[in-house]
Amino acid sequence: MSHESGQQPAIATYVKVWGLLFILAGCSYSVGFFGVQGPLRSILLVVLMLLQAGLIVSLLMHLVWERLALVFAIILPPTLLFTLIAIGALDGFSTLFTRNADFAPPATATPAAEHR
Amino acid sequence: MTQPAPTSSASATAVTAPQSLQSLLADVSSDQRLFKNVPWAKVMMWVFLLGDVFVFGSFLVGYMNVRLSTQAPWPHPTELFAVNVAGHSIPLFLVAIMTLVLTSSCGTMSLAVGYGYQRDRRRALLWLLITALMGASFVGMQAIEWTHLIVHEHVLPWGNPIGASQFGASFFLITGFHGTHVTIGVIFLLITALKVGRGDLENMRPGFMTGRKGGYEIVEIMSLYWHFVDLVWVFIFAVFYLW
Repeated sequence: MSHESGQQPAIATYVKVWGLLFILAGCSYSVGFFGVQGPLRSILLVVLMLLQAGLIVSLLMHLVWERLALVFAIILPPTLLFTLIAIGALDGFSTLFTRNADFAPPATATPAAEHR
Repeated sequence: MTQPAPTSSASATAVTAPQSLQSLLADVSSDQRLFKNVPWAKVMMWVFLLGDVFVFGSFLVGYMNVRLSTQAPWPHPTELFAVNVAGHSIPLFLVAIMTLVLTSSCGTMSLAVGYGYQRDRRRALLWLLITALMGASFVGMQAIEWTHLIVHEHVLPWGNPIGASQFGASFFLITGFHGTHVTIGVIFLLITALKVGRGDLENMRPGFMTGRKGGYEIVEIMSLYWHFVDLVWVFIFAVFYLW
């Protein structure tokens, strides 16, 4: 079969990954449900998010079975996004700093509470 | 072709690490095609998805930027999207069901790919249709969520009575763009299902638009798109709804 690249995993593999995805999504949801706060919340959310993303990309999207040339071509470009995240964060903090320095904070006594 | 059930993912990979590094160098240094034995349509789908990675990446970074820089209070999505069920306020109830449905559709999509490569036409068709149904119900639930937010909470893309107006702008942009992807995915799932159900892929019948003769790899290429849509939702769910 010339049109097929790499190996095809067994259907049982898909089902196992599926189950793991459910468990991880459930864990993500419980972080919100039980209201975990502070740095632990961020760490848990990022770790669970990356675990799910890794499972989907590597196994469901068959990346572990593809040729390394294709894997590198897919994985390397998105790492540039870390630069964008860093720039976005720097700019966000500096904008907030400037706003706090130059503008009065918005009225906190808006009818926000009644609207909930 | 279908391999016997792998005992672990490591044993299912075709080559060991040093060998594949050699193959990488050989591929890159060779004169002809870079991605050998990979269907061109699959490479093109990956190129498209890479573009989409940067679109969604830019949206999410933009969301992070406006959320970091606003002075107004950011609404708590866990409270905002809570639903009263039998007298209890359950946070993110509808969003949780949406996540459940989309994750489920990821599994059913993979089953369709697996049965497609086994040349089990009926089962591949069945799972493709179930996947499309789940995708459509996801979009439906998103419509309910948007209606609730617009009609009852009065959150709009250009204004937000319960805090930072950037919340409405980024929420409708990001979930709207994702919902558009799901909608287009459902349409293409139905087209793929039609091709599978009609037996086009066994007969290598040319497609109506490009005249390309597709085999069962088109189901796998469809699954790349669908898994990507779920992948994006994983990120949206974590950084927008839960953060």
